Amino acid sequence: MIIAILSGFIAAALIPLLSKIIKGKGSILLPFLPLSLFVYFASYLPKIGKGEKLNFVYEWVPSFGINLSFHLDGLSMLFALLITGIGTLVFFYTYSYLKGHVYLDRFYGYLSMFMASMLGLVLSDNIITLFIFWELTSISSFFLIGFNNDDPKSRKSALLALSITGMGGLFLLAGMLLLGTAGGSYSFQELLANGSLIQEHASYGWIILLVFLGAFTKSAQFPFHFWLPGAMKAPTPVSTYLHSATMVKAGIYILARFTPLLGGTTEWNTTLIIVGAVTMVYAAIHSIFRMDMKSILAYSTISALGILVFLIGLGTEESLLAAGVFILVHALYKATLFLITGIVDHETSTRDVTVLGGLRKVMMPVAIAAGLAALSNAGAPPFFGFIGKDLIYEATLHFGDWAYLLTGAAILTNICLLFAGLLAGYKPFVGNLPAEFSKVHLPHPTMWVPPLILAALGLIFGLFPVLIEKNLIQPVFSSLTNNDTVIHLKLWHGFNVVLGLSMLTLTLGVLLYWKLKPSEALFGKTLKFELFSPQTIALLFGRLFSGFAKFWTGFFQNGYLRNYVITILGFLTILLGYRLYQGVNFYVDTAKLTELTIYEVIVVLIMIVSIIFTVFSRSRLVAVASLGVIGYSICLIFLFYSAPDLAMTQFSIDTLTVILFVLVIYNLPKYKTFSKRRIRVRDGILSLFFGTLIAILTLEVLAEPLNRETSIFYAESAYILAKGKNVVNVILVDFRGLDTIVEITVLVIAAIGVFSLLKLRLKSIEKE
Amino acid sequence: MNNPYIILPVIFQLFTAVLLLFFWFRVNAQRLITIICSLVSLGIAIWLLKEVYQNGILTMQAGGWKAPFGITFVADVFSATMVLLTAIAGMAVAVFSTGSIRNARLKFGYFPILNFLLMGLNGAFLTGDIFNLYVWFEIIIIASFVLITIGGEKAQIEGAIKYVTMNLLASAIFLTAIAILYGLAGSLNMADLSEQVAQIENRGLVNVVAILFLVGFGIKSAIFPLYFWLPASYHTPPPAISAIFGGLLTKVGVYALLRIFTLIFVPDAFLSNLLIVLAAMTILSGGLGAILQVNMRKIFSYLIVCHIGFMIAGLGIYTELALVGAIFYLIHDIIVKTNLFLISGLIFKLKGTLNIEKLGGIYKKYPKFSLLMAIPLFSLVGIPPLSGFWAKLFLIQGSYLEGQYTLIGFILLGSFLTLWVIAKLWSEVFWKDAKDLPKKINVKYFKELKPLKQWAMVIPIVLLAATSLYIGLAAEHIILLSKQIAAELINPSAYIEAVLGSKTTTP
Repeated sequence: MIIAILSGFIAAALIPLLSKIIKGKGSILLPFLPLSLFVYFASYLPKIGKGEKLNFVYEWVPSFGINLSFHLDGLSMLFALLITGIGTLVFFYTYSYLKGHVYLDRFYGYLSMFMASMLGLVLSDNIITLFIFWELTSISSFFLIGFNNDDPKSRKSALLALSITGMGGLFLLAGMLLLGTAGGSYSFQELLANGSLIQEHASYGWIILLVFLGAFTKSAQFPFHFWLPGAMKAPTPVSTYLHSATMVKAGIYILARFTPLLGGTTEWNTTLIIVGAVTMVYAAIHSIFRMDMKSILAYSTISALGILVFLIGLGTEESLLAAGVFILVHALYKATLFLITGIVDHETSTRDVTVLGGLRKVMMPVAIAAGLAALSNAGAPPFFGFIGKDLIYEATLHFGDWAYLLTGAAILTNICLLFAGLLAGYKPFVGNLPAEFSKVHLPHPTMWVPPLILAALGLIFGLFPVLIEKNLIQPVFSSLTNNDTVIHLKLWHGFNVVLGLSMLTLTLGVLLYWKLKPSEALFGKTLKFELFSPQTIALLFGRLFSGFAKFWTGFFQNGYLRNYVITILGFLTILLGYRLYQGVNFYVDTAKLTELTIYEVIVVLIMIVSIIFTVFSRSRLVAVASLGVIGYSICLIFLFYSAPDLAMTQFSIDTLTVILFVLVIYNLPKYKTFSKRRIRVRDGILSLFFGTLIAILTLEVLAEPLNRETSIFYAESAYILAKGKNVVNVILVDFRGLDTIVEITVLVIAAIGVFSLLKLRLKSIEKE
Repeated sequence: MNNPYIILPVIFQLFTAVLLLFFWFRVNAQRLITIICSLVSLGIAIWLLKEVYQNGILTMQAGGWKAPFGITFVADVFSATMVLLTAIAGMAVAVFSTGSIRNARLKFGYFPILNFLLMGLNGAFLTGDIFNLYVWFEIIIIASFVLITIGGEKAQIEGAIKYVTMNLLASAIFLTAIAILYGLAGSLNMADLSEQVAQIENRGLVNVVAILFLVGFGIKSAIFPLYFWLPASYHTPPPAISAIFGGLLTKVGVYALLRIFTLIFVPDAFLSNLLIVLAAMTILSGGLGAILQVNMRKIFSYLIVCHIGFMIAGLGIYTELALVGAIFYLIHDIIVKTNLFLISGLIFKLKGTLNIEKLGGIYKKYPKFSLLMAIPLFSLVGIPPLSGFWAKLFLIQGSYLEGQYTLIGFILLGSFLTLWVIAKLWSEVFWKDAKDLPKKINVKYFKELKPLKQWAMVIPIVLLAATSLYIGLAAEHIILLSKQIAAELINPSAYIEAVLGSKTTTP
């Protein structure tokens, strides 16, 4: 099993190495990878049909409870077969479609990576690995949408798609982590075993919200749907495979998968019904005004995804069965239509339905496939689509109070979808063949056989639903509902309301097809509504956000060193002040302090005067001299408190500093005041506060009992153990000698730095 | 356990630096020595981690003065891991420099200073003495200052002034904090401080001192609102230098925060909340800054700020789980950020600019490079299962368990902005068609370099990419390592015992 899933990744990794072979004839071998996987999964069908579920566990990151554990049941089986089956056909199709393309190797690489990720997604039992594969599908989609990377629109669409699905992915990640933490396990099976626990958990609302955001963004639900039409910039095999048949159904997959675990509550059902219904109607109406075949199919795909969300939201056994069947129905006909669009585009270089016509005369097999798909899409008997549509109507009709409204919405959607199907699958092939297309010919069989197979399956499953009833649909139903009620798929249910509704849909749809002719003008009118579309709003939000980013960054990172320093000191002052105010009782025990001597008072007075001079003087020389005075005063204080060596050090440093300063100042231009008075006052206040706070802090610390263990040790050991008579010297060169060595190293480095700053003048050709 | 050899990572770098000084003008000899010595120090670092992982915490008392009176060096798993990461990043940058740094700079002590910087980093990671930590920070600042200015271009000097001013401010605050702490607790030994500070009754005063440390180290780790020096300076020096800065300089600040706020000051509710708020704002500020930039290195600079927020978030939540996240992220970030700056260096050599609006066409012309560069780029985004992903699991779960829902929002926002920025960068730099760029006379283009130098630039990128792949795919190993570190941080008794328990064994 793990080999089956990882084989795609291995293939993707090998492809760059074998790029020469793949760009040649070798690429015809690649479709055999998905084909053999298809056969592998299909071989489990009988076991699944018997209601067995297969588990495969491989350890990966056990310390976070993440294992490569795979679980094969009905739902996973359905998706695995779709992924590998349609995958096989798409791989074959690509062989001709992109024949000779310079990046064919990369394309197959991304496609294999996508297939593997998608398989991993639908087979994972561990919800974190599920997420990992989920993100990998998003990223493969990014690379595939941007495949024509010279086209700015492709790049923009890829970025948009990744932004939306990536954002959803992050929400899903949070959802999965919450779910796993709340449920006590990252294994879906284990979570399912104590399902009610989660529904009663305080975080249930958050969990489903996050799961919804993940699912809706991925499955292009309103209002996140707008990335999908853009994603159609990808080559058609990608649109077929990722953006119609499989990847966009990942959202549907997790909703379906989590239904037994999270579903059944009002929040769950209501949200899904509303979002699903809005999406299906909104997108269906959108689809009928388009002229580009791919756009039509894109919107009808969104609408179909809406139907699926809606059905899962209804949550009855009937609706879940309908959802299970409709996944398959939709994959079969929509993939066909996409592949056909690709053929038409490839051969005629246009996808505009108002231009296309009569193509049956030059590519009959393609026309047959298109016709079959359009009919299945229309839900005409005896196609599989008919069964699907019947089940949908049955589900809506039996849904209590809202039955009429919901059925109405479903009918409206289906009429529009039928129209869209005819537009894409019927219109280009009937009527007169325009002269410019007369030279058009049938492409290589690897292109037209795949859609024909898919379309034929739509007919065969319709005629003989028993083929898939027991081994595939029954297990799907069981995994969706978590029970084993036996189901039957029937083409003919007798004369009843549902049949009537089906016929009504068909009639109205065909009628609409005769009445409504898409045109530039009509399409233009719909564009007026773009002003209120979610895409416009999202882009507006993006601009606002970017404006906010500019403001924020400009406010803090404004380029002025003085502002940075002010911010840092201000921040420190506020925090210190708050902490002092909050936790420290200001108290100075005067009894403990030594008495002031006259010398000290004088020195402090000198210091204060010097500070005033330093700050307010208009001459640099005076300022520097005053600074020197402050330094010397500090030396004196050191002396008073019996630290002559410190005083000596301070004395030399201050003398040197003043001398250096004077030397530098000599070369500087005249003193000028650059800052405004207001700013200087602000800085002054801040300095006062900061200084005061540090002074208070120091006083408080002095009031604390002193731990003299270390100083006593130094005093006692300096002579006895370290053989030195001056304690300070012993500390510097022995007890803490290492500090001294390192500080000397600092000086060495500084010396080198000064040397290179003074001496190194890069020539203009060396500056880079 | 006592083991004098744990000081080797520091001593050996010193030795290398001094050795290199003897070959001042002989740049080729310097190149050779640097490569060999960086491999040796990698070996030393691996040995150290292995030793510590197997035998527990090792200590060394400088000069044989027993703790807490002398200077103690401590190698626990955290320190040893940081030393190893320093060695890896250091080796990559050293090798890359042999290809990319022009001879003029090499003749003015580039390699010796680089090794002094690495010495400082190793010292900071290994020391168990808070004043000694300050001294190592001095080494780091002065060495990085010299590296930034070496060459003396105008932009370099401007960046350097901002860099050094704010970092000296940080040092001054840090030094004040040490002085006050010494007044309070009467000790400089960190293990001893851990015990002494816990006994101080005036908690209010302890909290105030903690703020000083927070701001001092906060400036160095570039958290909000103290990060200004980073985006102002990291794009100015040659890329190899930005790489070592981007990978390690801010991380030593994060290391210090993690160390001090687990060992000496255990955050109270206010400090925890403050850290969380700062983390959230750091993520926001970095992310917002990144989306606006057009210079690749500025983008990466802001992303450094953004991702520092993730690590601070882990510290703020202060559970073992969250610390695992912070440490995993730290490990991942050092490797990936170093690599990204190296990549920017390579791209500059290919194209002569780093402006993403002018760049383009790399995907078409250099498919293998593109694939190689995709690894760190998307590791940074955290596309699972690459390395940036795993830490977020722990951080999000940790936040959730502590009820920090807003923080989860910020973590997601930071991840999203990173995703967007990198995807945009990919689209602009790699996908977009190449434009005709004027050939600059001052750039020595990649194709003009000798093959040996070309390899010197590519191999480090490959190695670092392989390392980040390993971190991502074999996440279990890194998680186990991070878990051990987090456990040691949360419960420092082993650390304290290793330092102070050895009182009797030394004279």
